[in-house]
Amino acid sequence: MMGLTFWFRRFSENNAVAGLARLDAIQLQQMLRTGQISSLELVDALLEQYAAWEPRVGAFLNFRADQARDQARELDRRRSAGADLGLLAGLPVSVKDILCTVDYPTTCGSRMLRDYHSPFDATVVARIRDAGGIVFGKTNLDEFAMGSSTENSALAVTRNPWNTEHVPGGSSGGGAASVSAGICPLAIGTDTGGSIRQPAAFCGISGLKPTYGRVSRYGLVAFASSLDQAGPMARSVPELALLLEAIAGHDPRDATSAPNEVPSYSHTIAEPLRGLRIGIVPDHFDAGLDAEVDAAVREALGAFRARGATVREIELPASRQAIATYYVIAPCEASSNLARYDGVHFGHRSTERDRTDESPLARLYCRSRAEGLGAEVKRRIMLGTYALSSGYYEAYYLQAMRVRRLIRDELLAAFQSVDVIVGPTTPAPAYRLGEKANDPLSMYLEDLYTVSANLAGIPALSVPCGLSRSGLPIGLQIQAAPFAEELLLRAGAMYQQVTDWHQRRPAA
Amino acid sequence: MALEREDVRRIAELARLELSSDELATLTSELIQIVDYVQQLRSIKTEGVVPLAHALDLANVFRDDCLAPGLPREAALSNAPKHDGAYFLVPAVLGE
Amino acid sequence: MNSERSDPGPYAIVIGLEVHVQLKTASKLFCGCSTQFGAEPNTQTCPVCLGLPGSLPVMNRRAFELALRTAVALQCQIPEYTKWDRKNYFYPDLPKGYQISQFDLPMSHSGWLEIADPKGEFPVRSIRIRRAHLEEDAGKSLHDEASGKADSRIDLNRTGTPLLEIVSEPDLRSPREARAYLNELKLLLEYLEVSDCNMQEGSLRVDANINLHLADAAGGMVATPIVEVKNMNSFRAVERALAYEAERQFAAWRETGRTIAEVPKSTRGWDDQRQATFAQRQKEESSDYRYFPDPDLVPVTVSVSAVDAVRAALGELPAATRQRLESAYRLNAYDADVIVNQGRQFIAYFEQVAQRCGDGKLASNWVTQEVLRILNSAGGTIDRFPISADGLGELIEGVRGGQVPSSRSKELFGAMFSEGLSLAAALRKLGIQALDAGALEQLCRQLLTENPRIVADVKSGKAQAAGALVGLAKKKNANVNPAEVREICARLIAEMP
Repeated sequence: MMGLTFWFRRFSENNAVAGLARLDAIQLQQMLRTGQISSLELVDALLEQYAAWEPRVGAFLNFRADQARDQARELDRRRSAGADLGLLAGLPVSVKDILCTVDYPTTCGSRMLRDYHSPFDATVVARIRDAGGIVFGKTNLDEFAMGSSTENSALAVTRNPWNTEHVPGGSSGGGAASVSAGICPLAIGTDTGGSIRQPAAFCGISGLKPTYGRVSRYGLVAFASSLDQAGPMARSVPELALLLEAIAGHDPRDATSAPNEVPSYSHTIAEPLRGLRIGIVPDHFDAGLDAEVDAAVREALGAFRARGATVREIELPASRQAIATYYVIAPCEASSNLARYDGVHFGHRSTERDRTDESPLARLYCRSRAEGLGAEVKRRIMLGTYALSSGYYEAYYLQAMRVRRLIRDELLAAFQSVDVIVGPTTPAPAYRLGEKANDPLSMYLEDLYTVSANLAGIPALSVPCGLSRSGLPIGLQIQAAPFAEELLLRAGAMYQQVTDWHQRRPAA
Repeated sequence: MALEREDVRRIAELARLELSSDELATLTSELIQIVDYVQQLRSIKTEGVVPLAHALDLANVFRDDCLAPGLPREAALSNAPKHDGAYFLVPAVLGE
Repeated sequence: MNSERSDPGPYAIVIGLEVHVQLKTASKLFCGCSTQFGAEPNTQTCPVCLGLPGSLPVMNRRAFELALRTAVALQCQIPEYTKWDRKNYFYPDLPKGYQISQFDLPMSHSGWLEIADPKGEFPVRSIRIRRAHLEEDAGKSLHDEASGKADSRIDLNRTGTPLLEIVSEPDLRSPREARAYLNELKLLLEYLEVSDCNMQEGSLRVDANINLHLADAAGGMVATPIVEVKNMNSFRAVERALAYEAERQFAAWRETGRTIAEVPKSTRGWDDQRQATFAQRQKEESSDYRYFPDPDLVPVTVSVSAVDAVRAALGELPAATRQRLESAYRLNAYDADVIVNQGRQFIAYFEQVAQRCGDGKLASNWVTQEVLRILNSAGGTIDRFPISADGLGELIEGVRGGQVPSSRSKELFGAMFSEGLSLAAALRKLGIQALDAGALEQLCRQLLTENPRIVADVKSGKAQAAGALVGLAKKKNANVNPAEVREICARLIAEMP
């Protein structure tokens, strides 16, 4: 961050490119392509935005202005040399700090990995770079993506740009805040149980969790491997389409990545959508739902109807078990995925050397993990260890896997009769910092609308659909069948053509 | 099958987590609460349902048996809390 | 400890073996790192086998194919669906905190391997294979025991190397049978070209479970506690360790009377120096490995036709080869066994020798005695043996047909071996020329012409004078057969006027 102040001063004096931060990625790309602006000018305009917002929201864990400027200069040089820079040419993308990068530490928001440097780029990051995108800092998150408020980050606090007393959501809270605050047009988040969609809803932006396997997990530090999926965050749906197109596709280094062809999402999104069949789930509108969210979602359904969509109710009884299922499967996988953080080959190692009666190695394991991991991570490791342990595996893990199949089959069956399922992304708008920090179960229950998509592996989108009276954004979730991202994005874009919630911004 | 403090201590040992007695107490009550919630799964009829490990129905994903460049030793050891330039070092594993 | 004992004592020994073999792949099971033995520490690693955050495993196709080939050759059932599970435990040579292995749905199960003792010390037995599954190896921890509390060093070069774990049922009834099983298994693995089976380099490792069944006072059966024996670095060590352990368990039972019901399974190491097993420290925690399907990998399905194709491509396996050699070449079981145990190349060599010379029994004698003697003493393999199969076949054929003097065949063999000569060149070198009847008669006529006095002496009744002719003939040609010279000369003299 050295030298940043100098650039801010320079640009507050010369405001020729002021307002760039208000443009979306599609518009910026056009301007970059036609030479109206350079990548460096764009980066510098965003650095100004960074200087204005970052002290208030704390979206980033690591940010290197010099590096972003170097990358922008290099892209400008290549552009002027006539090179085809790719889909994201010159566009800055913030990256959740759970995706490996060679030029930034990859901390996962954990003391355990505070100083960890990955020797490789995640496939998603490599694809962003290959498409001419600029890695624009590493954003804050709940430690190892475990949480839905970003309060579980061991390294920094992130606040909601709409009201800094409120949480940005999580776990991709830093990424959502970075886009919401206009620091960058695009962000990469990850979603294991709603971690893209929920912060997108809380911060008034759009976010997509792709179909499981659509985007490579190589270099995405695992929380729950069968549920984790990286995806795009941006203000509008067409921007999501652009970023998804850049990062999606088969990766031979990820055995769970899908071999399906990647459609040109950024092109097909413009195709009109007629006769959209919408399903709504009555359960989603029960007593637990905030009245303002309820109203906003019903209004959104009205907007869809006005564009020729039909709405019908569908029952998803097995999905009532989604939270319980999720909070068995995810911790089980996490307890194993996080076993590697033991202070031996990388990460934090305790220096404490007392209690010589114990085996020094056992001591090293237990102390290093106790010191390096936070309360929520420990809670989930404990839960998962318990559910997998001898005598309980059958009752918890195996039963959860069976119910998971019921949930998936029920959703796949539903998509025989509807194209999308629409509902709220969260039961209520963003809560206050600290409000739920001491009640893990109630925090878990907040995920009730989002976790089914991860269990079933289907794509799901959140788009802004209103503001509460207190001025906090409300999110609309749209889910579709596996690999129906094109349809999903077109449905979201159709909604955004007739509404302007996605264009609202937090007050500076 | 109510969870008890001793169970939590045993799980912590399996998970290699040192817990203070405060942490143990808090975790015990939290885990009891969460486990109590997820118990509802047990009431679901799942006879004959095949457990679903992957949402995506993929099978037979292989790579060819080809050598690929790995990491130079310096890079392999670079994140290690302790090494001697050739090996990772840990307190004696004898007796483990 | 006498491992040669054949008296099993007042108890029955029950042994099951767990064998880990490293599969012969260029790269590791889940990444592109080399599996080469002996590299500098931590020079064959990458993010995947180091377990670095964000890395993911992708399975090596060849490793699976080699495992499948072995499982089929072990007569295993091959389920259509198999998957990989995580075995969770903490150890410094296991960087992910879990080993990727197979738990409840292994790629193969319920096979068998037939073992026989050609010396007839035990009957032919079919040893059941419980399962064979594909898993990854761990790294190596090195401890400097002398320095006590000093750090242990961890080398992760071996981490992720493909292993096939082959678990037998507890069907083995003596240390000798255990060794025969291992010999037969190793032979099979080498036949299949799936592993180097080098115990010194750790590409074949054996753990043994052993206990005793004895009659109790009431005439019922009791079993001693099961012991897993580790650290055995040769098949010979396995046999000795098991023999030792059987006697130790018997002594312990007589002393304490403790049975399998009272004592949990324990682990003992084999000390090759002391020729004894010793108790190894138990892991504090119970072994709760919390297996669950590895979500980073996808299942593998194997169709019945794929298994059939693997079976069809196996070629002849050792047991079948032994039978064929016995019937096609009229070998006894012992000789067939000796030949087959030398491996595929040696069998091919024998068969070519036998076909060239036309006598399987003779070929077997030469190959198992002369050739094997040299290979065993000088080392080396049959593919580098200086005498080609055709060369040896020709030699034997010559002896059979009388063209090569049998008395000098070993000498010829020696020359062919040490100087790499063909049979013809060796004959020349040793000055051995086979003479045909015409040439020999010619030589004899010449002798008689040159030695009229001897002819006269013979004609005058001094029959013993003919003996001098033999000596003279040998001077002219070392290869003459004295009896023939005597006979021809006598005939020629008699025909003289």
